[in-house]
Amino acid sequence: MALRRTQRQKLYRYLVYAVLIALALMAIITTDWSRIGPLFFNPEIAAKMFPGIITTALVNTLWFTAVAFAGGLLLGIILALLKMSSIGPFRWIATAWIELFRGLPAIMTIFAISQVLPIATQVSGQKLGGPVVLGLIGLILVASAYMAETIRAGLQAVPKGQTEAARSLGMSPMKTTFWIVVPQGFRIIIPPLTNEFVLLLKDTSLLFVAGSFIWSKELTNFAKDATTQNQNATPLVMAAILYLIVTIPLTRFTAYLERRMGNQR
Amino acid sequence: MITDLIDVHAPAIDVQGLVKTFGENEVLKGIDLTVTAGEVVCVIGPSGSGKSTLLRSVNLLEEPTGGKVLIEGIDITDPDIDIDGVRTRIGMVFQSFNLFPHMSVLGNLTIAQRRVKKRGKEEAEQVAHEMLARVGMGHKADAYPTQLSGGQQQRVAIARALCMNPDMMLFDEPTSALDPELVGEVLQVMRSLAEEGMTMLVVTHEMGFAREVGSRLIFMDGGHIVEEGDPREVLSNPQHQRTKDFLSRVL
Repeated sequence: MALRRTQRQKLYRYLVYAVLIALALMAIITTDWSRIGPLFFNPEIAAKMFPGIITTALVNTLWFTAVAFAGGLLLGIILALLKMSSIGPFRWIATAWIELFRGLPAIMTIFAISQVLPIATQVSGQKLGGPVVLGLIGLILVASAYMAETIRAGLQAVPKGQTEAARSLGMSPMKTTFWIVVPQGFRIIIPPLTNEFVLLLKDTSLLFVAGSFIWSKELTNFAKDATTQNQNATPLVMAAILYLIVTIPLTRFTAYLERRMGNQR
Repeated sequence: MITDLIDVHAPAIDVQGLVKTFGENEVLKGIDLTVTAGEVVCVIGPSGSGKSTLLRSVNLLEEPTGGKVLIEGIDITDPDIDIDGVRTRIGMVFQSFNLFPHMSVLGNLTIAQRRVKKRGKEEAEQVAHEMLARVGMGHKADAYPTQLSGGQQQRVAIARALCMNPDMMLFDEPTSALDPELVGEVLQVMRSLAEEGMTMLVVTHEMGFAREVGSRLIFMDGGHIVEEGDPREVLSNPQHQRTKDFLSRVL
């Protein structure tokens, strides 16, 4: 059979589509929808979730993410600059910090800050800001460690000639960093930072280990409790869909930025 | 103030016994060089001869290992000296232009004026337009560096250095990264600068420029100044064998 290469490739592609569609159909046909439907896609229970799942849970998730991201970014910049410092102890502190909080599971850091710290310091958790604040501090520490490395890579990707040009014009190291290196470095790291944001958004689900109030429940915690109360997994499915509604546009945006930067080169 | 230390009778650049090593590698082996105000000194030599390192030592982009560098009588190797203040008096032009890609041409020309010289926005922009006109780039103030040809970028880079009103200019192979047809426009700007009396130290491979514009030519090899003198003399009648060998290869 003398097929041209393009024809052969087309044939393979259609074959793959056919197999995938067949598998999907098989899954749909063999599923016991009368049992799965009410358990995961129950409209009555779904209706009961509104408006709390939006006004409390989703809003809290976004709010916690924003706070952790902003805090992590600020700390991350400081850590990145410390790590690039010519002064040894500054570098060591930054390295230790980054290795510690990047190496530990996020849930452990959050637990340590919110539960262990009050015991260790003999100060009640309430005085230290309460579970929500302490949990967020833990998340900020984790975020800062990851972001510091991203930021450092971005700043170091700025060509050395840029620094030399700025210094030769009489700009001090501080002015050079602020006006020349950081603005260029941040262009480079917008895509990885968006990624960081998505990771952080999902990590807010770990905040429950710090303890929570009814008003401070985020999506996962909210859905988990509702699932237990109703003996039905519909809230979890709803939370999952809400996560995807937020994260997919963000990751698509990252892909777009990366494509655009690739074109510029 | 750094300006109080300036000795108007001192040479613009006075390099004394300059030594520079990178690890084991001794790149400059005791250089003595004096450039008086208004001179155009061209430095030629094979790659690895140390000519760029010498130039970069003059504004301390390279920290000398030994010896002294005096700028208008100020020893800039003294760690207590305000090096940023001294650098505003020394313009530098790089082989790879090094324009700031995140700023427009106007932004490139005003940033140091505003952040270092503390000039107001209006004054800085006025100076910038003046310098752009001087290098024939007045029509590109709002362009971004990536939109310009190499020759145009280099002319903007010269204008950027001039905006600080330097007393002298350093050129580090300013035309080496350019396509041949763009070299002329940059050399033309440098020539007019020289004619206006700017003190210039130029590392270059452009022998024509050195011959016609240079007031002195220096040939470097192996970290030493091998020969120096009137450019026409050195180029047509070199005294040292190494100079002869080098010139026979490049001319």
